[in-house]
Amino acid sequence: MFRFIIKRLLEAIPTLLALVTLSFFLMHFAPGSPFTSERGVPAAVMANLQAKYHMNESLMNQYFYYLWDLLHGNLGYSFRFTDFTINQLVAQSFPVSAEIGFWSFLVAITFGVLCGVFAALRQNSWLDYAVMSFANVGMVLPNFVIAPLCILFFSIQHHWLPAGGWNGGAWPFLIMPVIAMSTSYIAQIARITRGSMIETMHSNFIRTARAKGLPKSRIIIRHALRPAMLPVVSYLGPAFVGIVTGSVVVDQFFGTGGIGQHFVNGAINRDYSMVMGITILIGTLTILFNAIVDILYVFIDPKIRY
Amino acid sequence: MNSLKTDNILEVDNLRVNFKTPDGLVTAVNDLNFDLAQGETLGIVGESGSGKSQTAFALMGLLAGNGIIEGEARFEGQNILTLNERAMNKIRSEKIAMIFQDPMTSLNPYMKVGKQLMEVLILHKGMNKADAFEASVKMLDAVKMPEARKRMNMYPHEFSGGMRQRVMIAMALLCQPKLLIADEPTTALDVTVQAQILTLLNELKAEFNTSIIMITHDLGVVAGLCDKVLVMYAGRTMEYGLTEDVFYRPTHPYTQGLLEAIPRLDANDEVLATIAGNPPNLLNLPVGCPFQERCQFVEDRCRKEAPVLEEYQPGKLRACHKPINGEAML
Amino acid sequence: MMTSKDKVAAVEQFAEKVVEVEGRSLWQDARRRFFTNKAAVASLIILVIIAALSIFGPLLSQWNYADIDWTALSDISVLGRPNIASGHYFGTDPLGRDIFVRTMQGGQISLMVGILGSFVAVVIGTFYGATSGYLGGRVDSLMMRFLEILNSFPFMFFVIILMTVFGRNILLIFIAIGAVSWLDMARIVRGQTLSLKNKEYIEAAYAGGVSTPKIIARHIVPNVLGVVIVYATLLVPNMILLESFISFLGLGVQEPMTSWGALISEGAPNMEVAVWQMAWPLGFLVVTLFCFNFLGDGLRDALDPKDR
Repeated sequence: MFRFIIKRLLEAIPTLLALVTLSFFLMHFAPGSPFTSERGVPAAVMANLQAKYHMNESLMNQYFYYLWDLLHGNLGYSFRFTDFTINQLVAQSFPVSAEIGFWSFLVAITFGVLCGVFAALRQNSWLDYAVMSFANVGMVLPNFVIAPLCILFFSIQHHWLPAGGWNGGAWPFLIMPVIAMSTSYIAQIARITRGSMIETMHSNFIRTARAKGLPKSRIIIRHALRPAMLPVVSYLGPAFVGIVTGSVVVDQFFGTGGIGQHFVNGAINRDYSMVMGITILIGTLTILFNAIVDILYVFIDPKIRY
Repeated sequence: MNSLKTDNILEVDNLRVNFKTPDGLVTAVNDLNFDLAQGETLGIVGESGSGKSQTAFALMGLLAGNGIIEGEARFEGQNILTLNERAMNKIRSEKIAMIFQDPMTSLNPYMKVGKQLMEVLILHKGMNKADAFEASVKMLDAVKMPEARKRMNMYPHEFSGGMRQRVMIAMALLCQPKLLIADEPTTALDVTVQAQILTLLNELKAEFNTSIIMITHDLGVVAGLCDKVLVMYAGRTMEYGLTEDVFYRPTHPYTQGLLEAIPRLDANDEVLATIAGNPPNLLNLPVGCPFQERCQFVEDRCRKEAPVLEEYQPGKLRACHKPINGEAML
Repeated sequence: MMTSKDKVAAVEQFAEKVVEVEGRSLWQDARRRFFTNKAAVASLIILVIIAALSIFGPLLSQWNYADIDWTALSDISVLGRPNIASGHYFGTDPLGRDIFVRTMQGGQISLMVGILGSFVAVVIGTFYGATSGYLGGRVDSLMMRFLEILNSFPFMFFVIILMTVFGRNILLIFIAIGAVSWLDMARIVRGQTLSLKNKEYIEAAYAGGVSTPKIIARHIVPNVLGVVIVYATLLVPNMILLESFISFLGLGVQEPMTSWGALISEGAPNMEVAVWQMAWPLGFLVVTLFCFNFLGDGLRDALDPKDR
């Protein structure tokens, strides 16, 4: 088991390298990139760049310098915020995104699994239909629609919650971002859970458990839940990516000042080093998260050999 | 075992199982009657779709959600078909246990085998974990599982099919039930493993004095194990009696067909005899005898009225308008 | 926002079953069964209407998607309201542009991106999966490993990088989102190919000296078509959502052209004064997504041979 964990983590390295390489060369061959022309880049930044990126050296050397910096946790300098390193900007904004993301993830899994399990156990009841209708609607409502609807309802009509801002993460500021980010994942996870739970409850080994005279609660908790959770676990990876991506929208609407704001601004303003730095950061998190999910999967499913 | 005993532990009266389907009501089991004494073994024989498995599920209360049961099944004098889930759980495994057809999927693949065994004892016998563990190991030994202690900590996928069926049998016998229902316990297994499992069941039957309902399509299994046989076709009883009577003097054309279809080493037939045609569609049964389309002795009467099950000799029942005089077949 | 995972799983299960059935009767049977599915047929009809409206709708209006109605401009919250008389059936945006025409024009872009994007994804996925499955062995495991690596990429960010680097270009949008959405398709097709590979007619073709690319193109691909169509249908709504997301961020289609996502993004801040600006494109988007989901489910059930 220990060896498998090490192996799986080592396997993440080529993926990471591919990610870094791809982003690096994409940026360098970008038309009109500050790396290839000096147009529009302030002299001070240019000086920084010259020093930092070894611009006068060959492309391959630049690439290796970049890798070397990354290994030391240095994401480089922003082209726009000349006074800040990307690390400083990330250090400001990342905790915000992490907090929203964490709660959204937790809410999505908790509510999704609960809704799915109960819908499955009361198949074709009003509860099932309610959950499935919600799930069908939730799936087609993108977060950039839910966000303004939340503001309209909670802030403008009822004045229950502040329309935006962060305020150090006080909970009134957290609610709407979490709703906007988690709704479609609650829907998705509920659908997956319902489907796999129904399938599991019809499987032969559940029939065996019933023939053993086990009470229903025990059958569900001890026998059905674990296999029914497998598809949910393999969905955690995509859900993570989705929620991370969603932070872009949330920052846009609620002005929470998370990492998504820097990313979008970077993309619109062609702040390549910023976009690249954030992509690599988020890519790394995603890859690590996927590795963790794979490891988790092995713990849940004894049939997987490692 | 020459006569049917009277101190029955199970009496089934007019058992009927219907399924509600989008295309209408399907009768999977049609007015089934049989009884079983302590220590006795009954074989229920028929092709797939004849309703034999549904009979077993009905007795265990494991029918699919759209199933409707009519009739009575008295176990130790109590009708178990109308019991609620809680009362039924007291009987399952403790008094009536079941072995399923497919050992590959009938064990929980996500739980260690030992745990699956132990939970039965912990629940029904109130044992603590240590006692349950020892009792489970003992039972695995009894079903001739090599290295039983070590295997308690393994997952089902680490077992072969035969070994898994041994686990299922051990699990079923843990509480020493009065009645064991075995639903085609050997169908999914290799021939050599089949023989081992049957021998095991025979030994265990003697050791624990358990009554067994053996559901199978293989008449060879019945001959080796059962005291009585019930031949089912399209949900109905065709012939019912002591094994030796039914086997050596079959009087129903269907029974005879089944017997002829057993491959035999001593006869050098060029082709294996089969019963022509397929079992009828239960949604659309013909008027009269359900077997008419495949019966070589069919006559007008068979197409008009369904034969009733009648006791033509004491302890021998049959439903046929044109019985044959069966000779020794085996 | 990502491909709905339970749908992928359902398509996969369905794929396992569909490979068991051969021959042409599959399609006839499927058509008959599809037309008995009311939700799917209704969805198809609605989609056809939406598509027709998107293409021909702008002809019904006196306005063009870039025209500015200077009279409405003075007070949008009153004069910009949806009104048959003024010719602004759905109202106008704060720049005085007609929402009806813009929604229809946005529909063209969204539908085109959705359909072409999923087409690109399906073509890449099918050939990748078929090749990998057919060749088997080391090539297969290498190709699958590559797929796994791609699978853990945060693709949305890559699409955004592409849009940043190469500028906003409608062609690039659907190539980009199509090129990042083929992974599941490849996996499903590979699984199908593995089971097809051992069929007699494939072996016969191989024994008869037919070349590998030809076997894949002539024998494997046509046989996985059912699954591919179902998956493509279910992929379209995801493509539309992806495009909307990119447009919402302001990285999608270029003004004055628009798409549903871009319209929603423009309308959202004006919700309080001019709710119609967001409501119309949102309604069209949501209905379209719903219909594609129902259509895909209906096609899957229709092609599913389990009932026979």
